[in-house]
Amino acid sequence: MNEPLTLIDKLWSAHEITRREDGAALLWVDRHYVHEGAFHAFTEMQARGGAVAEPALTFAVADHYVPTRGRAIADPEVAALIRDLEANTAANHIKLFGLGDPRQGIVHVVGPEQGLTLPGLLIVCGDSHTSTHGAFGAYAFGIGASEVAHVLMTQTLWQKKPKSMRVIVGGRAAAGVGAKDIVLSIIARIGADGAQGHAIEYGGSAIAALSMEGRMTVCNMSIEAGGRCGVVAPDATTFAYLKGRPYAPKGAAFVQAVEAWSGLASDADARFDREVVLDAAGIAPIVTWGTTPDDALPIDGRVPDPARETDPLRAKYVRDALDYMGIAPGKRLTEIAIDRVFIGSCTNSRIEDLRAAAAVLAGRTSKVPGLVSPGSSTVKRQAEEEGLDRIFREAGLEWVESGCSMCVGINGDVVAAGERCASTTNRNFRGRQGPGARTHLMSPAMVAAAAVNGHLADVRPLLAGREP
Amino acid sequence: MEKFARLTGKACPLLLPNVNTDQILPARYLKLPRAAGLGPVLFHDLGRDPDGNEKADFPLNQPVWRDAAILIAGRNFGGGSSREAAVYALYDAGIRCVIAPSFGDIFAQNAVKNGMLPAVVAEADASELGSLVAADPALPITVDLERETIARGNRTFAFTVDDVSRNQLLNGWDDIDLTGSYRARIADFKAADRERRPWARPPQP
Repeated sequence: MNEPLTLIDKLWSAHEITRREDGAALLWVDRHYVHEGAFHAFTEMQARGGAVAEPALTFAVADHYVPTRGRAIADPEVAALIRDLEANTAANHIKLFGLGDPRQGIVHVVGPEQGLTLPGLLIVCGDSHTSTHGAFGAYAFGIGASEVAHVLMTQTLWQKKPKSMRVIVGGRAAAGVGAKDIVLSIIARIGADGAQGHAIEYGGSAIAALSMEGRMTVCNMSIEAGGRCGVVAPDATTFAYLKGRPYAPKGAAFVQAVEAWSGLASDADARFDREVVLDAAGIAPIVTWGTTPDDALPIDGRVPDPARETDPLRAKYVRDALDYMGIAPGKRLTEIAIDRVFIGSCTNSRIEDLRAAAAVLAGRTSKVPGLVSPGSSTVKRQAEEEGLDRIFREAGLEWVESGCSMCVGINGDVVAAGERCASTTNRNFRGRQGPGARTHLMSPAMVAAAAVNGHLADVRPLLAGREP
Repeated sequence: MEKFARLTGKACPLLLPNVNTDQILPARYLKLPRAAGLGPVLFHDLGRDPDGNEKADFPLNQPVWRDAAILIAGRNFGGGSSREAAVYALYDAGIRCVIAPSFGDIFAQNAVKNGMLPAVVAEADASELGSLVAADPALPITVDLERETIARGNRTFAFTVDDVSRNQLLNGWDDIDLTGSYRARIADFKAADRERRPWARPPQP
C-alpha cells in the first residue's frame, strides 16, 4: 500500500523537477508575481545579461509605493521606482497591472481576483504575505531578491521541503467572530515563531465554513506564526469563486481542472509533524496589545503586568512592549483610546472585509480620523456600487485608492510617532506603520467598533439588530 | 558567491527576541539602491533616537563593536517581511554570521544566498555566549562551519545549520549558475507537465 500523503506532499511532488543528495529540490514555479520591490532582482538579472525565462507566467502589479489620495506621485524616488517597474516589465514582456490599470491593486488581492491564483499551483513573490494564495490550495510562499532573480531567469527555485503542521479549527464561530479572530487566536496559541520551518494545512469545520476572503485572511497571516506557507484544501467554495474569473480556465477546461483540483486534499490517515486543534466556539473577538502578533488577547481581557510575570526575560519583554505602546500594565483593553483607524492591506481589504466594517459603521460616526483603502481598484468599484463608500465617508473616514498604504507606510500613508492606530493589517511591529507608530491588529468589524467608540471595543453589542 | 568555511572576528550581542526585518531595516529605506551601501541604516530605529542621534547603549554603536563580524541575537531573529535588503544592511555593516536560537525562514535563506551564515544554537548557549563577549568584547570568536562549532577562548559551543545551507556556503555555489546545468531536465519537466496539468498555464491574451 502507498504511504498516505498530505496536501503539502502532493503539491510539492507535482512541482519537483529533481532533488539533490542534500535534500534540496528544484521546483517548477507556475506563477511569479512581482511588484516595485523587484528592482534588486531586475538589476541582478541585467548584470548577468540574463532574460526572463517565462514572461507568460510572470505578472506584475504596482502596490507597495502607490499613492492612495489620487494617483499623482509627489516623491521623485517613489516615482522612479514605479517607472522602473514599468520599464522592466515592458522590456521583458511581462503583463503589468500598473498604476492606471482598472485591475490594479495589492498583489495578493489581484492574483486571486483575476483568476491567476488557482488550486494546485506553485506561486512565489518577493513578499512574505504570498502565503495568502494558499487559501486556494496553492503552494505559495514569499522569497527574497536573490530568489526572485533566480525565478525570473529559470522559472524554478531550489527549496528544502519544510515540515508539516495541521491546524484544525473545529466547531462554529459565533456572530461577530471572523477569520481574523481565528488566525490571531492560532498565532497567540503557537507563537510568532510557532510554525517556523513548517508548511501549515488549515482544516476543520470553522475553516470550511469560511468564504475565500476569510480563508485568504487566515493563510495570509501564516507568516505571522512563522510558517513557510499555509494551505486550505480546495472545495466547492473555491471552485465557485474561481468560475468565470478572467484568467481562470473556461468551459470544458474548467470542468477538467475542477476534476484535477478535487484530488487536492490530504489522505485520511496522512501524518503531520505537528497538529494543533482549536475550537472556534471558544474564540472571542481578538486584538493585539504589544509589538509582535502573538501578543493577542480577547477584547474583554487586560494587557499583561510585567510584575506578575515569573520569567524575568518575559517580564522585560512585556515592560518594553507596554512602554513602546504607551499602555499602563494590567489596563483593560477596552480602556485603550485610539487616535486613528486603518482598514486595508492584503490581510483585510476585500469586499467582504469592507462589508463587515460598513455593517458596523452604517448610520454611525467615527470618533477618530481614518483611512479606508480597498484591496484593489476592482474591489473599490464593487464597494462603490454597493454604496459602502458612502457609509465610510458619512462616518467621517477617508475613502481612498488601492495599495499597500498604511500597512507598510512607504507610500506616504503613515501613522505619526506616538499615535495609536486600530488597524486591519498584519504586523504590529515597532515602527511598522511609521516611526514611533503604535498598532493594534484586529478584524475590520473590530476596527469599525473602535472607530465608533474612540477606544478598543467589542463589536458584538454594535451588531445587535444588524445580523441577518 | 563567496565561500564561508571559517570566520574569526568580534561578536556583538543583541539578545532581544523577535528582532524582525522591519527592525533590521525599516521599510522607508527599502527604496535605496544597494550600491549606496545599506550599512548606515542597519537597525536605524533601534539604534537611534527619534532625532536620528545614535543611542550610546545600543551594542553596535559602541566603539569596540563597530567592526564586529558576528552578531549574537535572540530567538526568532529576522522574522516578518521577506526583504533581502535586511541581509544587505547587515552585510554592508560587516556582519558575516548571525548566531541565534532560531531564525525567520526567509531571512535565513536570504542570508545564505549572500554568503552569510545563520548559525542556530541552544537558547542557553546564546545567552552564555552573549555574556562572555559582553565581559571581554575585544576577544574574537571563531565560527567553524565544517565542524559546526563556535570557539571562544577555551570554550566551545555547537551550532546547527541545515545541510542545504551548509553545502551552499561551504562550496560558494551560485544558484543561477548551478541551475543552468539542469536546463535539459527543466525543459523535459515543462513538456511533461503541460500534458499533465493543461489548466496550469494562464490563457494568452
